[in-house]
Amino acid sequence: MGVIGQSIKRVEDQRFITGKGRYTDDIALPNSTFAALVRSPHAHAAINNVDTTAAAAADGVVAVFTGADLEAAGVGGLPCGWQVDFKSGDTMKEPAHPVLAATKVRHVGDPVAIVLAESREQAADAAELVVVDYEVLDAVVAATQATAEGAPQLFDDVPNNTPFDWELGDQAATDAALASAAHVTTLEYDNQRLIPNAIEPRCAIGDYDGARDHYTLYTSSQNPHVIRLLMTAFVLGLPEHKVRVVSPDVGGGFGSKIFHYAEEVLVTWCSRQIGRPVKWTASRSEAFLTDAHGRDHHTRVDLGLDADGNFVGLRVKTVANLGAYLSTFAPCVPTYLYGTLLQGLYTTPAVHVDVTGVFTNTTPVDALRGAGRPEATYVLERTVEQAALETGRDPAQLRSQNFIPAFDGVEQEGYQTQVALQYDSGNYGAALEKALAAIGYDELRAEQAQARAAGNGRHIGIGFSTYIEACGIAPSAVVGALGARAGLFESAGVRVQPTGKVTVFTGSHSHGQGHETTFAQVVADGLGVGIEDVDIIHGDTESVPFGMGTYGSRSLAVGGTAIVKSMDKIKEKGAKIAAHLLEAAEEDLEFAEGSWTVKGTDQSIAFGEVALAAYVPHNFPEGLEPGLEFTSFYDPANFTFPFGAHIAVVEVDAETGVVAVRRYVAVDDVGNIVNPMIVEGQVHGGITHGIGQALFEEAVYDDSGQLISGSYMDYVLPRADDLPSFETDHTVTPCPHNPLGVKGAGETGTIGSPPAIVNAVLDALWPLGVRDLAMPLTPQKVWQAIQQAS
Amino acid sequence: MSVAIKVTVNGQTHEHEVEPRQMLVSYLREELGLTGTHVGCDTSNCGACTAIVDGQAVKVCTMLAAQADGAEITTIEGLAANGTLHPLQEAFRETHGLQCGFCTPGMIMAAWQLLERNATPSDAEVRHALEGNFCRCTGYDNIIKAVQHAAESA
Amino acid sequence: MIPVAFDYHRPASVDEAIELLSDDAKLLAGGHSLLPAMKLRLSSPGALIDIGRIAELNYIREDGGTIAIGATTTHQQIASSDLVSANASALAQAASVIGDPQVRNKGTIGGSLAHADPAADYPAAILALGAEIVVRGSDGGRSIPADEFFIDLFLTALAPDEIITEVRVPAADKSAYVKFPHPASRFAVVGCAAASAGGAVKVAFTGVANAAFRDSGVEAALSGGLSEEGIAAAAARAADGQEVLADHFAGEEYRRHLAKVFARKALATIA
Repeated sequence: MGVIGQSIKRVEDQRFITGKGRYTDDIALPNSTFAALVRSPHAHAAINNVDTTAAAAADGVVAVFTGADLEAAGVGGLPCGWQVDFKSGDTMKEPAHPVLAATKVRHVGDPVAIVLAESREQAADAAELVVVDYEVLDAVVAATQATAEGAPQLFDDVPNNTPFDWELGDQAATDAALASAAHVTTLEYDNQRLIPNAIEPRCAIGDYDGARDHYTLYTSSQNPHVIRLLMTAFVLGLPEHKVRVVSPDVGGGFGSKIFHYAEEVLVTWCSRQIGRPVKWTASRSEAFLTDAHGRDHHTRVDLGLDADGNFVGLRVKTVANLGAYLSTFAPCVPTYLYGTLLQGLYTTPAVHVDVTGVFTNTTPVDALRGAGRPEATYVLERTVEQAALETGRDPAQLRSQNFIPAFDGVEQEGYQTQVALQYDSGNYGAALEKALAAIGYDELRAEQAQARAAGNGRHIGIGFSTYIEACGIAPSAVVGALGARAGLFESAGVRVQPTGKVTVFTGSHSHGQGHETTFAQVVADGLGVGIEDVDIIHGDTESVPFGMGTYGSRSLAVGGTAIVKSMDKIKEKGAKIAAHLLEAAEEDLEFAEGSWTVKGTDQSIAFGEVALAAYVPHNFPEGLEPGLEFTSFYDPANFTFPFGAHIAVVEVDAETGVVAVRRYVAVDDVGNIVNPMIVEGQVHGGITHGIGQALFEEAVYDDSGQLISGSYMDYVLPRADDLPSFETDHTVTPCPHNPLGVKGAGETGTIGSPPAIVNAVLDALWPLGVRDLAMPLTPQKVWQAIQQAS
Repeated sequence: MSVAIKVTVNGQTHEHEVEPRQMLVSYLREELGLTGTHVGCDTSNCGACTAIVDGQAVKVCTMLAAQADGAEITTIEGLAANGTLHPLQEAFRETHGLQCGFCTPGMIMAAWQLLERNATPSDAEVRHALEGNFCRCTGYDNIIKAVQHAAESA
Repeated sequence: MIPVAFDYHRPASVDEAIELLSDDAKLLAGGHSLLPAMKLRLSSPGALIDIGRIAELNYIREDGGTIAIGATTTHQQIASSDLVSANASALAQAASVIGDPQVRNKGTIGGSLAHADPAADYPAAILALGAEIVVRGSDGGRSIPADEFFIDLFLTALAPDEIITEVRVPAADKSAYVKFPHPASRFAVVGCAAASAGGAVKVAFTGVANAAFRDSGVEAALSGGLSEEGIAAAAARAADGQEVLADHFAGEEYRRHLAKVFARKALATIA
């Protein structure tokens, strides 16, 4: 129909550009109270006593609750949704994660009490009157210190602060390959901790309706059904059918709004206690301390090459900082979303990865845009580039010669890696060739050589990153076998109205991704209706059948496919109705451009007429139910595997250490593309997030566990004047196992860009003797590296 | 104590008694129900709360409602005239200059100020003029295009 | 975030404002330093005296070879003033790189100087240009030379009962302000202003130490003039003998280095 592949302008934009978006904090319920949380100022402390007397007596205060109150009421702890057992086979240690800490706090920001008042102001004032008697304990902050002899222990029942360890791949083969390698490149570094910083701070409103014994939770979440399931089944023990969770417009998530947070439980439970709505909105300061953080790995990697530059073995050892508690999906991020990607695009015959997860007195760490895959890509792409620099090989050529040959997953089988996954389809060389052509590689190298020869202080660097990611999360049986405690299918209800207009109820949630447009394009194409005839409903457990939500670049591949499945059923039933009305055999009909036509004739009936007949079934096939509406659940057969080639060009000011990104070329292959404009936008945002990690962003704790970078005065978010304009393009290698042939585009940029930038800076400074740099490449760090090298 | 204020917001005059500590953004959002102006931080950095106060783009999270007494204020809700979108609003949609939409009102207001002072900015000038506005979704590239698109169409 | 409750006064004149001053009251001009601190509850005055509307405090005019700037004149007004650019470009340049456009629309020169953030931009320009800060208190007025104004971290020569009313900036032959901004806060990690007037060159730094300071070492070394070699030699002495700030973003060694680099850049601009 021509709407797939078109850059249709977004239908959701009208409300956002006119200020009519409806984010959670925009909702003002009558008779609402406002919550303020009392949070620990200490990273690690025992709680001797919590005195709420003064707070409870303060102006406008409606109620104050503590951890003891919640315990007495039987409120459970926050659950973890993924179990990663020890290498030994021992079960993962899963300490309690109280909604309000009652006996001990384990990170700065850990909530201790909640104050409800008539106004935000009164709640904030009264929260300061809660007196908590803390006994401050030594804190452990760095992942590498967590397992040290004598380190402070966070939990009595988790020895060595270690809830799990994990490995994947053939260790003996990898060790042997490295022992006999002609060259081994070794790096040891921190993949630093990041703070997600969706621009909308989290917000939650609980609204208990006593007359119906019914709860509504409005929350800024990427997956309202998951929140409902976790909260009702594991924390509050509420009947799930009596709880509605609504995620209206959400101002960015980037992973941080996947997880089930204490505040969601608190506003829901408190609303029941006081019989009034309870609203909590995070301040940015609270967001810094309590939104689950991302990354924070300490990694050592060894890559072996033979004399011809072929990779022979890759060994990776990582300590992953999980923070103070197991956040919802924390265990899978540094394991199954990380170790399984360490094959990269390469034919490396032996790969082994060993991961230890550790608790520290810091904010919990969980999935952040890319989640595990940026960490894996950084391991591979920094190391491959380092190997090229060390052995004097061209980094593009070294990659090319080790690439897995092209395979489409149809004629040629999927590629079985050394680390469990089977890639669906790929043509890695094509993406790299396209990127090299786009950037004008030979000319750039010539310019670089000229600048070096001229010694004019212009330090130009070219850096590569050729990445692969696993998206379209995920086949439920596979992830179930790997410890997931949830299925990862998606659902879609497609309701054809009597007039032929279409309402779609999707379990995916849009918080910037543009589903209301992309999904409408899919439906318009599938049913031959206009985009304006399609409405996409999401984010409400009351209207959407079920949903696993949006993360892991899964919405179109999984949620979109569920829509396609429902449309298939609609077309199948529609064909029966059409055949009846046309007095033709069903198998003689074909459906195209919104009509069923008797093949080879001009007899046809429009989709709208069939829809009307379905609801006014006066003349209807015998035995067929009226109505035209189907709900489907789609559980993917495999992950999808987007890939791409990114090239960054930087210029380093050696005098100040400032890195300027001069150009950035990204050639991504996300399979088929429904809306190129939206995909490009996703790539831009992802690249920027990755440049943020490479150059700017860093959660800094001091030794006592205080977050130094706890506001925008210290934590550097990339701004417009920090960035170049991006040059993007794509190759198309369709996914062979979903009907749309799509792979997912939400995380490519974040995954691909950090090593490209760092590699470019290393390339610029290699002649000066700089051999390694750790993210973020702050001016001081770059300047010091130059000083030390020269 | 409370302070009596009279403000004109999007052409409508309002009179209220406000607490001195009430910020203008909370007055706009909570008293007037104009929730298009957002709060993204508490340190005057992110720019999500930008509105036009007496012709100047202001971070209204850092201005008391009391300070606005007598002021003429335009929020994102008042930018379109008689149902016709402002060229900047059109341009943000046209160039995909927004994703989640949360930073968008503030971004548009900051861009409004730029174009009012410099009708034909260079890309670098646009980037510089938006240094007080954070966007986590778009990578800014399409926002720059939006502002240029609006400049060209004005 | 929400400040602790306070009383609000909006006097019509400077004299009325002075009467309202007390230990528990703070002046509110643009509010872009004070209100964020109050929202984070790092500051909780019992009363704010809003001087933002006092018309007699907002102006830029020439006054016998001196540029007189009213205390509530905004950064935006100063940055876009032809008069300031022509006679005291370091000040206009400093104003133009404070915060961001929205902050510059509200923030005022008097407020910034009184707040005395060690990384604020104006102080370097004020020192290099040899400005005077005119203040008025319950006992009348006085004029404080810039060299005596900045004392320590957030501490100035301003008495508790005094209000800045005007900044008087003598016209310089040439002047410049250059800055290495913190990428998050956009405050100066190092800011350097240089000004030449009647053959004498003054150089001052902000961001480097607890308070902005004139760098006498650099100035003395400039006796050889503003040749490339002369500048290089003088800049190499930047911040010598100063106790230098250090933080996660810029340690002492790096900050000292940046001081040298930015001294050279500032001097090269006025050479």
